[in-house]
Amino acid sequence: MYAVEMRGITKQFKNVLANSNVDLLVQRGEIHSLLGENGAGKSTLMNILYGMYAPTSGEISVQGKPVKIENPLKAIELGIAMVHQHFMLIEPMTVAENVVLGYEPKKRGCFDFKKAVSDVEALAKEYGLYVDAREKVENLSVGTKQRVEILKALYRKAEILILDEPTAVLTPQEVTDLFKVLRRLKESGKTILIITHKLKETLALADTVTILRKGQVITSVSTKDVDESKLAELMVGRIVSFQAEKNEVPGEHKVVMALRGATVVKEKRNALDGVSLEIRSGEILGIAGVEGNGQTELIDALTGLQRLHSGSIELEGKALHTARITPRAMLEAGVGHIPEDRGKRGFVGSFTIAENIVLGYHRKREFSNHGLIRLKERDAFAQKVAEQYDVRMDSIRDTVGSLSGGNQQKVIIGRVFAQDPKVIIAAQPTRGVDIGAIEYIHAQILKMRDAGKAILLISADLEELTKLSDEIAVLYAGRIVDKRPAKDYDEKTLGALMTGHAAAEEKEA
Amino acid sequence: MEDILSVVTSLIAGSIRVSIPIAFAALGGTLSERSGIINMGLEGTMLIGAFFGVVGSYFTNNVWLGLLTAMLAGALCGLLHAVLTIRFKCEHVLAGVGINVLASGLTVVLLQMIWDTKGKSAEVASFSNISLPVINQIPVLKDILGEVSPLLILLAVSVVGVWFLLYRTVFGLRARVIGENPEAAGSMGINVYRTQYICVILCGVLAAIGGAYMSIGDIHMFSRDMVSGRGFIALAVVIFGGWHPVGAWLGSLLFGLAQSLQYRLQTGSIPPQLVQMLPYVATIVVLIFARGSSRRAPASEGKHYYAKGEQ
Amino acid sequence: MTVSGTKKKASLAERLSQNSVFLSGAALVLSLIVAGIVMLIAGYSPIEGYSAMFTGAFGNVSNLAQTLGTATPLIFAGLAMAFAARGGMFNIGIEGQIIAGAFPAALVGAYVQGLPWFLHIPLCFLAGMIGGGVWAAIAGFLKNKLRVSEVILTIMLNYVAQYLAEYLANYQFKAEGMLVRTETILPSAALTPLVPYTRLTGGIFVALAFAVLMWWFLSRTTAGYQIRAISANPYAAEAGGINIARMNLLTMFLSGALAGMGGAVEVLGVHGYFITNMTSGYGFDGVAIAVMGQYTPLGTVVSALIFGALRAGSTSMNRMTSIPGEFIQVLQALVILFVSTPGIVRMFLKKRRQKKEA
Repeated sequence: MYAVEMRGITKQFKNVLANSNVDLLVQRGEIHSLLGENGAGKSTLMNILYGMYAPTSGEISVQGKPVKIENPLKAIELGIAMVHQHFMLIEPMTVAENVVLGYEPKKRGCFDFKKAVSDVEALAKEYGLYVDAREKVENLSVGTKQRVEILKALYRKAEILILDEPTAVLTPQEVTDLFKVLRRLKESGKTILIITHKLKETLALADTVTILRKGQVITSVSTKDVDESKLAELMVGRIVSFQAEKNEVPGEHKVVMALRGATVVKEKRNALDGVSLEIRSGEILGIAGVEGNGQTELIDALTGLQRLHSGSIELEGKALHTARITPRAMLEAGVGHIPEDRGKRGFVGSFTIAENIVLGYHRKREFSNHGLIRLKERDAFAQKVAEQYDVRMDSIRDTVGSLSGGNQQKVIIGRVFAQDPKVIIAAQPTRGVDIGAIEYIHAQILKMRDAGKAILLISADLEELTKLSDEIAVLYAGRIVDKRPAKDYDEKTLGALMTGHAAAEEKEA
Repeated sequence: MEDILSVVTSLIAGSIRVSIPIAFAALGGTLSERSGIINMGLEGTMLIGAFFGVVGSYFTNNVWLGLLTAMLAGALCGLLHAVLTIRFKCEHVLAGVGINVLASGLTVVLLQMIWDTKGKSAEVASFSNISLPVINQIPVLKDILGEVSPLLILLAVSVVGVWFLLYRTVFGLRARVIGENPEAAGSMGINVYRTQYICVILCGVLAAIGGAYMSIGDIHMFSRDMVSGRGFIALAVVIFGGWHPVGAWLGSLLFGLAQSLQYRLQTGSIPPQLVQMLPYVATIVVLIFARGSSRRAPASEGKHYYAKGEQ
Repeated sequence: MTVSGTKKKASLAERLSQNSVFLSGAALVLSLIVAGIVMLIAGYSPIEGYSAMFTGAFGNVSNLAQTLGTATPLIFAGLAMAFAARGGMFNIGIEGQIIAGAFPAALVGAYVQGLPWFLHIPLCFLAGMIGGGVWAAIAGFLKNKLRVSEVILTIMLNYVAQYLAEYLANYQFKAEGMLVRTETILPSAALTPLVPYTRLTGGIFVALAFAVLMWWFLSRTTAGYQIRAISANPYAAEAGGINIARMNLLTMFLSGALAGMGGAVEVLGVHGYFITNMTSGYGFDGVAIAVMGQYTPLGTVVSALIFGALRAGSTSMNRMTSIPGEFIQVLQALVILFVSTPGIVRMFLKKRRQKKEA
């Protein structure tokens, strides 16, 4: 008998066919990976199973019984729980309050906080998921937050656990811990479904993998019968090369931009703590680190979005006056910025492609004549850039919000690269972008490096980091804890360094 | 010495008295905002409460039934705001502005219908103060709280009630969760909309009681646009009070002080127009200082939550 | 035949439910219907009421002129709200800014002597724009410095402006006589009625010119581009080197300047002096007008004209029938609510469609 049996599932959104006649069969007690690129329809399918969306057509059976899942409440009743990629946690509340939410213990009609704490502690002990039930969620690390999410599922007596991209924000060590927990849950008879686009993880963890592409199931196979390149081919629909050509750039590598003892205070702690680094022409300096260890502050400091509390920034050997470090000044000085969260900092969704391509450079004489927009020149320029950077669009008058993630990113990359910057701060340049666009963006970044630009690359994707960077610095708790040529790192050492305490062990060894 | 003391006690007593309407509205606003809905319509809801308090009292000759009428009318205002913002995703500020303009127009139209005037209603039965045992024996304190409006007692009960609701009941926990992150609440199977509806309707009831105090608790009649900005001040008090019911009450007392100072100064030589400005200037000043407090607004305040299937 | 007929209608309804102009129009009609029902419940005849209103607004040349004249300050009020909204700000303090514009305009009109009209009138306008602009900029400044919501700030500033102007008109600048008002402006500052005994003056052309100016500013200037970027995505705007604090201040100043122009035109064209309560309700009219005009200059002008007709009509409804003129406020509230909830109109369309299909 199957724990989950979804047959002929079709989901039509306004203009998009997200799932087309999808069949998904999940054995009880297995770990099942749902593999596919962004936009392949994995999340939609799972949201249907969890009652967040109603399918346009199709049937679902859970533990052998045909069911209709109208809402998450119904899903929870059926023993289905979901750990979302963006955690559904209430930051200012305690772990216990978060876990019991929806099924709160009561005493004489009131919320019984003590009982909630003891229940959560007991549950945590049973499954080896150690957390402090009285701690506020906002004080927890990402990995611990995820544990709280899993506890939430277990507290609801879930038999079927769905995890959406569970490793996206974890360190390698945390990933190992998570896999241990998931295997233990499997041993205790739970059924686990993970949504992922990571091939290695699928092979390491899952028993069965179902591959989705463009809303359709390509195949469903046992992980024993496939390898990484086979999976990649099934997922993308063609053979993918994982290698990038990279040669040393000849000539002198001058320091173009440098940070000296930079400290940024946020919420009374040093988010960036005396960081010094040098970005050289013709080189890519990679920054590795777990999210929340100062990356955002580093990016913001270098692009003028965040004032330094102490330390200085040097551009081409000259220290910049602290009061004059503004986003505008940095842009005008030739520091290009590819923001880490493109939807937030990167573009204005309701603006046209043309308007977005000049954002940040809109004051330049080419585009602005004494405060008046030079429409013709701007549009001609935008048309050229959009074509050059392969933005798939109908017209430069389309809004950027209507483009796919990959094309949005190309608009941003085109905007920055077309201005011939001296320095490029590239943060998460391929996050949420499909494989075709990733290859293209990587090639463009390397092209800029070969053209002698000084590049800082911040990425949570260690594969991307080791592949593109010449040198890698590890950021932990706001400090640079290690820095070496990229080829001297493997993912394991990097992962260890990213969690901090491993740095000392390395030195001893 | 005696004299200063009597001035101070009467100032405090006056502050408490004039803070009552703002306190009720701020309490309602706190509840509504904790569940994520900003109620800019407090002003209009208070006006409706003031008007229907008089209407109920006028037709039944019973002030308690007047209060009940006001509460029902307030609940309807809350329901309207909830339907607009929750069901139809109206911008919260615009829904509030709409309700305020509606209340301002509707009360005058009805004033004309019932009493054939556009200015003031007839005089109606109103609350009279009650004497509190024990307290009316204690010197000094008896001058402040010896004789109080029954609505002040209702206010104290409401403050405790809202605190209990928010911090001790499951409903309150869920409401606070929704104010922070409605998606999380929805994903845990909590009925987000129902909780918000209840909070916003209760907010309407509380604001209407505040309005009713102004008409049938204080001056026996309704006069056109008599709320004159107290609903907006209450919104500032919600912020100043750190989105906490007790904070809302304390914040209101501060405004009560500003206002009762205003009444006192009005008898002096300062031009009345400048004195009348006082509460509004005080609100701006207080908002300036409120930002120093560490409390922050509920994270999803003013945002729309889309349950499954909605776009 | 029938099948294809329903299909066509369904797709028309679908298209209409996405069309903002249609939605605004439908919301207006819906408001008129609901207000009519309220009238009916209140014991008045909506037909009588609306026909009195219609005659009052369009009955003859002088009524039509009155409508246009009434619409003039409303255009400014609507543009003020719309402009702020296009810059991501809720300017609910238009009323106060109208006062803050009207008062200095009245003083310049009354006390600056020896200027020809073509200098005196623009100087009064300038005084009004600076007055309204500075008043709004106070809210913008406080919002920037203290992160206080501009909504409550602007409302509070309404009351402060009202009492401050009342005080000044009562003491320092009081004209002779019983009324609390300032001295009458000099003839060189007066806008004369285009149609005698109506509010219609050349001010209407100034209002239309400002609407065009606003469109041009937002779509053709770099500053307009920056202001729009801030409202659409402040984070991206900031990363694009746009100084948000400075632009917010500019947005509020210009929005207030538009409101102040409304006050100045009202003083120069209608009253001839500043008098307390001369602007009552214009501020919230401005909100309704801008919302109904979808925050575009053209839409705002059109809805201001409609509101001008409603206001002018309601005065004669008040005179000719027993229906109180305050009904206009009820109607106005309904317009705000229905226009800002296109979902309600869509729901009606959907219901009709479902009925047809059944």
